[in-house]
Amino acid sequence: MTKKILIADDEPNIVISLEYLMKREGFEVLVARDGAEALQMIEADPPDLVLLDAMMPKKTGFEVLQAIRPTHPGLKIIMLTAKGRDTDLEKGRALGADDYVIKPFSTRELVERVRQLLDQSGAETET
Amino acid sequence: MKRGRSSRLIALFFLGWLLFSFPLLALWDRDLELFGLPLFPVGLFALWAGLIIVLALLMERGDP
Amino acid sequence: MTLPVAVVIAVSFAYLGVLFAIAWYGDRRARQGRSIISSPWVYALSIAVYCTAWTYFGSVGRASVEGVWFLPIYLGPMLAMILAWVVIRKMVRIAKTYRITSVADFIASRYGKSPLIAGLVTLITVVGIVPYIALQLKAISAGFGLLTGPSDPTLTETPLHWWQDSTLYMALALAGFIILFGTRHLDMTERHEGMVAAIAFESIVKLVAFLAVGIFVTYGMFNGLGDLFGRAMNDPAMQQLLRFDHGATPHLYSQWFALILLAMLSVLFLPRQFQVMVVENVDERHLKRAAWVFPLYLFLINLFVLPIAIAGLIHFGPGQANPDLFVLSLPLAEGARWLALFVFIGGLSAATGMVIVESIAVSTMICNDLVMPALLKTRRFRGRSGGDLTRLLKSIRRLAIVGLLLLGYLYFYLAGEAYALVSIGLISFAAVAQFAPAALGGMYWKGATGAGVLAGLLVGFGLWIWTLMLPSIAKSGWMATDFLEHGPFGLSLLKPEQLLGLSGLDPITHSLFWSLFGNIAAFVAVSLYTRASAREASQALLFVDVFDRRGGSEPVFWQGQARVDDLVNLSERLLGRDAARRLFQEHARDIGVASIDAIPADARLVQRVETRLAGAIGSASARVMVASAVDEEPLEIDDVMRILEEASQLRAYSQALEDKSRSLERATEELKTANQQLKSLDRLKDDFMSSVTHELRTPLTSIRALTEMMRDDPDMPAAQRQEFLTIIVTESERLSRLVGQVLDLARIEAGHAEWHNSDVDLYAIVKQAMASISSRFEEKGAALELCGDSRLAPLRADADRLVQVMLNLLSNALKVIPAGSGQVVVDLQENSDGVTVTVSDNGPGISKAEQAEVFDKFRQVGDRDQHREGTGLGLPISRQIIEHFGGRMWVESEPGQGATFGFQLPRNQQPVTGKPA
Repeated sequence: MTKKILIADDEPNIVISLEYLMKREGFEVLVARDGAEALQMIEADPPDLVLLDAMMPKKTGFEVLQAIRPTHPGLKIIMLTAKGRDTDLEKGRALGADDYVIKPFSTRELVERVRQLLDQSGAETET
Repeated sequence: MKRGRSSRLIALFFLGWLLFSFPLLALWDRDLELFGLPLFPVGLFALWAGLIIVLALLMERGDP
Repeated sequence: MTLPVAVVIAVSFAYLGVLFAIAWYGDRRARQGRSIISSPWVYALSIAVYCTAWTYFGSVGRASVEGVWFLPIYLGPMLAMILAWVVIRKMVRIAKTYRITSVADFIASRYGKSPLIAGLVTLITVVGIVPYIALQLKAISAGFGLLTGPSDPTLTETPLHWWQDSTLYMALALAGFIILFGTRHLDMTERHEGMVAAIAFESIVKLVAFLAVGIFVTYGMFNGLGDLFGRAMNDPAMQQLLRFDHGATPHLYSQWFALILLAMLSVLFLPRQFQVMVVENVDERHLKRAAWVFPLYLFLINLFVLPIAIAGLIHFGPGQANPDLFVLSLPLAEGARWLALFVFIGGLSAATGMVIVESIAVSTMICNDLVMPALLKTRRFRGRSGGDLTRLLKSIRRLAIVGLLLLGYLYFYLAGEAYALVSIGLISFAAVAQFAPAALGGMYWKGATGAGVLAGLLVGFGLWIWTLMLPSIAKSGWMATDFLEHGPFGLSLLKPEQLLGLSGLDPITHSLFWSLFGNIAAFVAVSLYTRASAREASQALLFVDVFDRRGGSEPVFWQGQARVDDLVNLSERLLGRDAARRLFQEHARDIGVASIDAIPADARLVQRVETRLAGAIGSASARVMVASAVDEEPLEIDDVMRILEEASQLRAYSQALEDKSRSLERATEELKTANQQLKSLDRLKDDFMSSVTHELRTPLTSIRALTEMMRDDPDMPAAQRQEFLTIIVTESERLSRLVGQVLDLARIEAGHAEWHNSDVDLYAIVKQAMASISSRFEEKGAALELCGDSRLAPLRADADRLVQVMLNLLSNALKVIPAGSGQVVVDLQENSDGVTVTVSDNGPGISKAEQAEVFDKFRQVGDRDQHREGTGLGLPISRQIIEHFGGRMWVESEPGQGATFGFQLPRNQQPVTGKPA
C-alpha cells in the first residue's frame, strides 16, 4: 500500500520540487498551500507523513503541529524551515515533530529520512 | 529652596516689624469705627491674623 | 457668691492628679519608644506655656488700665516666630547635637564650656525668675481668695503670719508635685516627655477656659462685641483704652518698641521657653507648624481680653474691683459659680504650667551650672573613683525646686502687693533679655569671646538690678526710697529711674534700654579686644557652622590619652549602670566593632561620652568631669586649626566620594539604558538577519532540489527538464534581486548610499516610471492613468532613486489588481509645502493591522502568490529614500476598496543623513 504524504508549503516552486521528488519515490502526494488548509486536510484524511513548512500564512507550521499532535500521535511530521535557528529546532522538537530539515536540503537525505520514519511507523503497526 | 524660604521669612519679619511700629501704626490710630467696632484694636488684630496666615502659607508650602 | 473651700481644693487637686496621670503616661510611652509628643501640634501647644497667669489674669488687668497696651507682649512672640525657622531651628540643631540642657548651658557651652559663665547665667536667671514665680503664686492665691473668701474685700487685708498663709502651703504642695513630676526619672537626660504632654494639655485647658469666660461675658452678660465697644466708645475714660495714644508719656512709640523687643527676646530665652522649644523639641521639622500655630494660639487667647476688661469696668465701675481678677469676678457676680470654678482651673493650669516647666528648667540649671561645678572643685567628686552620683544629682534638683518656690513665696510675701501682675512679669523679662547678646551673638559671630560675655552679662545685670530690681524692692517699702528720688549720695545723675538724666521713659523701657545698651557695648567691645581660647574658638566653630556639619565629618576638638574603663566608670557614676552600658553599646555599633572591649579609646569616644554626660549634668560640668578622668593634652589654637583642617579635608573627601558615587550611579544608569538600546538593536539585527536568511534560503531550496533531481534522474523528460530549468532561472533572478536590495538598504541605513542630486521634475520622473512599466500593465489588461498637476517647480533630489520609488509603488499595485479589470491611478498635487504623489489601485485593499506593518522589512502582505517576485524590501527602501529627502510615505486603505500609497516631498527639503535603523 502506497504511503500518503502531505506537502504543506506556501512557496509554489518548493511545492513543485517536493511533489516531483516524492512522487518519483512512489508516494501518494497531497498539497496544502497554507497552514489552515494543511490542518483541514489532515483532519479530513490523515496522511502517513507531513512535510510541514514552519513559515506559512494563516497558520504557521508550529501552530499546525500544536493542533494536530494531541489528536494524531502516530502521524509522522518533518518540519521544514529556512530560518535554521536553534530556537526553532527546539520549538519544533518540543511540540512533537519527528524530524527537522533545514532548507535548502539535500533531496537524497530528505528521501532517506522520510523512508526511515515511514518504516518505523510500519514496524510499530506490525508489532 | 531653603534659602528662598529663609529670605522670605526675614522679609516678612521686617514687614511685620514695620507694620507694628511708628509711623505705620499711627496711620489708623483714630477715633473711627469699623462695623461698630473701634478701628485701632480691630486693625491690630486684623494685621496679626494676616501675619499668621502669610506665615502659615510660607511654612506649610512645600518641603524644605 | 462663693464656693466652699473644700470643693475648690478638691477640684484643684483632682486637676493636678489628671496632669500627673498624663505625665506618667507620656513618660511610659516615651520609654517604650512610642512618643505621644511627637507631633507639631503638641509641640506648638507646649510652647504656649508662654501664657501664664500673667496672660490669664494680668492681661485683663493691664487692658483695663492701659487698653491695647497689653498686646506688645504677644506681638513680640508673633514676630519672633516668623524667624523660628531661621533662628530657633539653629538653636535646636545646636542643642540636639551637643545635648544642651538649658539656656545657661547653651551660652556656657558656646564660650568654651565655661563654668563661670554657666554659673553667672544661672544666677541671673534665679534672681530674675523669682518675681515671675511669685506672680504665679500671687495669681492663684488671689483667685483662690476671691473664689472662696468673703465677698467683703477688706477682710483679706488683715495681716497674716506667714505660717497662716495658705499661699505658703500651696507653694510647698506645688514643689512636691513638681518633684514627683519632673525628677522621677532614673535616667538622667535633658528631656521630659511626660512633662511636655502635660503642659500641652494645660495649654488646651487654659485656652478653652479663657474663651469660655470671654464668650460668657461678651454674649451672656452683654449683647456682643458691638454692645461692649459701643459703650466704651461713648465713655471718655474708656475711649482711651481703644487707642494707641492715651497721652501718658511722651515716648509712646519707644515704649511700644521696647515691649515688643522684650517679649521677642523673652520667648527665646526664658528658661521654660528654651526648655520646651529647644531642649524638648522632638523633631526640628515640627517648627514649621509650631511657627504659626503658637502665634495663632496667642491670637485666640487674647481675643476677649479687651471685651472682658471693658465689661469689668462697666459692671463694677472704675476702681471698685481688682481688674486682674475680672475673669473670675464677672462670672461670680452673675452667679455662674461653676463657670468661675472652671475659669479658676484654667488660671491654675496657666500658673502651674509656668511653675512646673520653669522650676524644672531652673533647677536643672542650678544643679548643673551652679552646684555641680562647686562640688567638682572638691576632690571627693572628681577623679577616677567615687560612687554613683545620680542620686546626688536628683537630690540637688529636688532641693533646688523647693528652694525656688520658697524664694518665689518670699518675694510674693515681701513685694507682691506693691505691683500688678504684669509689672512683676516685665521685671523678669528684662532680666532674661540680658542673655540675648551672648546667645544670639554666639550663634552668628565667631569673634564673640567668653570675656566679652562675662563683661556684657555683668554690666547688663548690674544695670538691671540698679534700674529695675532695686526700685521695685524700694517701692514695696522694704528699702528707703531716697536713692530713687535723689540718687545715691545725692548724685542725681545716678538716679535709678532717670540714669544720666534720661527721663520721660517708663521704668521698664528705661531699664531695658540701659541694660541692653551696656550689655551689648561691653560684650562687643571686650570681644573685639580679647583673644578666644582654643576651646572657645573650637566651640564657636561648632555653633556658628552647625548647619555645615553632616554625620561623621564633624571635627572632634580633643587630644590626649584615655582609657575606656575610666570612661565607662565615669559614665556609670553619672548616668547609672544601664544607661552607661547602652551608651557604650551604641558607640560600639556605630563604629562597627563587636563589643565594648573592642572600642578604641580615641577622641571620638571621649567626645561621645562628654556629649552624653552634658545631657545629664550640663556641658561645663561634663567637661570638668571628663578632663579629670582622662589624660588630656591642652588644646592650642593651632590644634584647633589643625583639627578643623583635618575635618574639612575629611568632609571634602566624603563630599568627593559622594559626588563620585553619584556620577558613577549616573554612568551606570546611562550604561544600562545604552545596553538596553543595544540589546533591542541587536534583536532587530537578529530578526533582520533571520529574515534575510529565510528569504535567501527559500529560492535556494527550489534551485538545489530541482538541480539535484535533474542530476539524479538522467532520464527525465525534456519538457519536465525545461520546466525545472525555467524555475531555476526565475529563482536565481529572485536571489540576485534580493541580494541587491539587501545591500541597497544596508547602504542607505548606514548612510553610505550615493545620492546624485539635481533639480528634478517630479512629473517627468512619474512619466518615465509609468512608461517603463506600462507594458506589464498591458499584459495584465490593466489601466494606468496619470492626473493632477503637470507643471511642477523643480525639486532637489536624486532622479534615479525617485524612479525606483515610483516603480516599486507601481509594481506593488500591479501585483494586487485583478487581471483584466485592474485600474491604477497616479495623482500629482503641488501645494506650498511641496509635492504629493499618490498611487491608488482597485485591489483587495489592506486591513488596518497590516497597514501598520506594510513598511516593515520582509513584511509582505496579501496572498503569497501575488508577491512571489517581491522581496519584502521594496517599500522599506522606498520609504528610506523619501525620508532621506525630508518627506514622508504612507498608506491608506479600506479592505475591499483598494489601497492608496502616497508620499510627499517638501519643497525645501533638508536631506536627512542616513541613520541606523
